Amino acid sequence: MFTDFFFHLRGYGLNVSLTEWLSLMKALATGHSRADLTVFYNLARSLLVKRETDFDLYDRAFASFFRELEDEVHIDEEVMAWLEDPRLPEISKEDLARLEALDFDELRRRFEKTLEEQDERHDGGNRWIGTGGTSPFGHRGTHPSGVRIGGEGGARSAVQVASERRFRNLRSDRILDTRQIGLALRRLRRLARDSGPEELDLDLTIDQSARNGGEIDLVFSPPRRNRIQLLLLMDVGGSMDPHVEVCEQLFSAAHAAQHFKHFEFRFFHNCVYERLYTDISRWKGEPTSEVLARLDPTWSVLFVGDAWMGPWELTRAGGAIDYYHSNSDSGLSWLKRIRERCASSVWLNPEPERIWDAPTIEMIRHLFPMYELTIDGLTEAVDVLRGARPNRPLLVA
Amino acid sequence: MAFSKFTGTDNYLVSPELGDSVNVAVALERPLLIRGEPGTGKTVLAEAIGESLVMEVLTWNIKSTSKAQEGLYVYDTVERLNDARFGDRDISDVRRYIKYGPLGRSFLSQERVVLLIDEIDKADLEFPNDLLHELDQMSFTVHETGESHTARQRPVVVITSNNEKELPDAFLRRCVFHYIAFPGRELMEEIVRVHHPTIEEEMVRQVLLRFYWLRDLPQLRKRPSTSELIDWIAALVRGGIEPETLVTEIPFLGVLLKRERDIEVAERAIAGRAN
Repeated sequence: MFTDFFFHLRGYGLNVSLTEWLSLMKALATGHSRADLTVFYNLARSLLVKRETDFDLYDRAFASFFRELEDEVHIDEEVMAWLEDPRLPEISKEDLARLEALDFDELRRRFEKTLEEQDERHDGGNRWIGTGGTSPFGHRGTHPSGVRIGGEGGARSAVQVASERRFRNLRSDRILDTRQIGLALRRLRRLARDSGPEELDLDLTIDQSARNGGEIDLVFSPPRRNRIQLLLLMDVGGSMDPHVEVCEQLFSAAHAAQHFKHFEFRFFHNCVYERLYTDISRWKGEPTSEVLARLDPTWSVLFVGDAWMGPWELTRAGGAIDYYHSNSDSGLSWLKRIRERCASSVWLNPEPERIWDAPTIEMIRHLFPMYELTIDGLTEAVDVLRGARPNRPLLVA
Repeated sequence: MAFSKFTGTDNYLVSPELGDSVNVAVALERPLLIRGEPGTGKTVLAEAIGESLVMEVLTWNIKSTSKAQEGLYVYDTVERLNDARFGDRDISDVRRYIKYGPLGRSFLSQERVVLLIDEIDKADLEFPNDLLHELDQMSFTVHETGESHTARQRPVVVITSNNEKELPDAFLRRCVFHYIAFPGRELMEEIVRVHHPTIEEEMVRQVLLRFYWLRDLPQLRKRPSTSELIDWIAALVRGGIEPETLVTEIPFLGVLLKRERDIEVAERAIAGRAN
């Protein structure tokens, strides 16, 4: 049964290794769980889950696994019996085969499906959290030292604690703060030895000289610099208003990042046309063609926008949303120009992927790889820009 | 094996979860990796373990330039060179110029010690990987002399991280991990009493009310932490502020919030609440 728990966790997308599992078994075998499911919950988490961003996954996996057991007769006694006399489970040949056969993409898909279902159930009502405190684990829910694990009074089972999903906010698919964005952006570097003049490496020189018995041995090496040049293009106003906070955070993090060789930003409204703006109210600006002329293929372009507009705004000359603005080239042709100039370009969309169903989103996704504006999405986008992940837009059907 | 040894100290309160994590790490002889918001007492934990289990604490503060090798030992070539040219000391014994770092000393110690590797994420991305072998085997070789050292007593290793960089999976797999969640109101009340034992009931109530209200403001960039709360209370006590004052205003806001923008946000929210 406990081997099942291992596969259950992996099925939820937690990358638990055999080494970690065996440490848990060792800890159990030496009596660490004290036959208490709450302690087991913490123990297993500390040995199997190494990122707080995965705690929420673990909570859901734990709750669902032990909830299922609740429905079976006497299973709680089995759990307790096992916890009182734990033995290392034998990993059978079939289990080993299962372990090796795990296909991670399949796991990811299964997990995402489960996630959707469970979000619904959770929001829907009480199926998830045990009703009425009759959980077989409930009587064990308080810590032996008398300190409660959770908030309000009453004995609480580990399943209930897990069901609370206290670590929901730590999940990395939700945006947190500027610092985290900064961290994601920090990955955006392409270090290269400059071909320029070499610098004296003082530390190496001293070390070499001393090892040389005092004969001065000068060591020169070329400095390493980040070659990334980044242009940030942000959609402002209109349908972007609800996302103003997260865009602001991304902007200030990118602006504060010190490690780019060059960093520039421009604003646009709904779609890029012949002018790009340097202020949010879109008074000051310059022709897009001039911005483009300054770029070369070594630049990276990061778009931020919901890509949601009337199809004519994207495809037709004169389709721009502002009535006093008549564009002679369609927005789409401008976007194509940017993509042709800088192949290293991606689009971040602050809307969640499940509602990316507008025709204009589809069209833009045929031009640029598009990711959600979350920590995970940003990290993937950064990987595309630094060349660690293929830069592929949607294929035209 | 005996368990549940560590339960915190008089000055350091631990949740039972954290106590369990520490004890598992001690028993399995695995490094304990601690993460959490700034000001949740990650660094102080090592001191508390040392005090509670009566062990010496060796601290290795990691900087962006730290190298794994330095933790074990440094061969001070410059001093040896200096002695060779200007000193009159005997330089034939290379061992005299081997300076052991905190990791090296923790292996060499006769007694079991606590080794704190503080803010491991400050260092280069490869740093944790470079430590893997030493932390697994608890042994190292001094290449200059060819001597090998194996830990007499495997130290209790506590590693803190602020999550500035992702740590490598191979490293994580070997650790016991604990995330120190921000203390809830009840635990916080106990923490406040540890630091300010004489403070009145009503004051604690008002202070915590304000503090958590402030932390929950969604627009804050940097939310105030425990250590800032403790400082704030000290300021309030010294300033002779009465609990009633806190109902309508938040004096010494600058102790809690460090960014100008956050202070503006808070002031606007306070004004909004008063109306």
